Amino acid sequence: MAFAGFMFYIFAAITVACGVMVITSRNPVHSVLYLILAFFNAAGLFVLIGAEFLAMILVVVYVGAVAVLFLFVVMMLDVNFVALRKGVKKYVYIGATLGGVLFVELALAATSWTLGPDVATLTLGPVAGEVHNTRAIGQVIYTDYIYLFQGAGMILLVAMLGAIVLTLRSRPGVKKQVIADQVNRSSKDEVTVVKVPTGSGV
Amino acid sequence: MIIGLEHYLTVAAILFTLGLFGIFLNRRNVIVILMSVELMLLAVNINLVAFSAYLQDLTGQIFAMFVLTVAAAEAAIGLAILVVFYRNRASIAVDDVSNMKG
Repeated sequence: MAFAGFMFYIFAAITVACGVMVITSRNPVHSVLYLILAFFNAAGLFVLIGAEFLAMILVVVYVGAVAVLFLFVVMMLDVNFVALRKGVKKYVYIGATLGGVLFVELALAATSWTLGPDVATLTLGPVAGEVHNTRAIGQVIYTDYIYLFQGAGMILLVAMLGAIVLTLRSRPGVKKQVIADQVNRSSKDEVTVVKVPTGSGV
Repeated sequence: MIIGLEHYLTVAAILFTLGLFGIFLNRRNVIVILMSVELMLLAVNINLVAFSAYLQDLTGQIFAMFVLTVAAAEAAIGLAILVVFYRNRASIAVDDVSNMKG
């Protein structure tokens, strides 16, 4: 138990430190890399609390897909990021004020809440004993939450199609191979037999 | 040294505040704003999972999974819009997003 507590503080400290570095580093590539480290340590926090499946999903989806997507976009755009940081000083104070107010509110809410009296009877998906986390999630997500699960799939499909439709463009003047055009060519259109009289050019 | 729910809630609160602060700190850079939003969503997920473990109820983890799905979709669409915007304006500054005079 002491080891788990120690690991909690390690993971939490690295996560928060990476969060600070994400928003303060000058180079967005560094921001993305710190974001990846923050996600890894949040996955460690999830493992500590017993949500192994979500921890692995966090690593696979966030580190493997979303963060790499960010990395691609940051590296693809040729933007002067130093110029973008100009004039941020005047927003630091209002940001710090709002952030401080929000943090105090969250801290007050986090320390002074109480559970309702009948919360124990209201659990929708009680954790089954003797079953590990992934199997327990599978047992409810394919039965009780099947429509929401399908809806999540639809959201991902729409997001994929939307991203493709947004970024697909047909540029004029680019030589590309069109297989259908090549197959549809016939010798009648392309080849002509020319009688060349002797002594004169074509 | 028992790690209770309050510890997780505190970490999530700090991360959420950092995300909000990051939006102000990088007000002109859309990419870092999107990353700040991802940080805030991560804080929300930590809250959901912490309560799920504390109350012995899987619903929080299921909901965190859906939050993750929507966050992935949002990042994909947001970055696609960013790429299209960069093609049109050769810039990603938030101040330049004024084509529609909004």
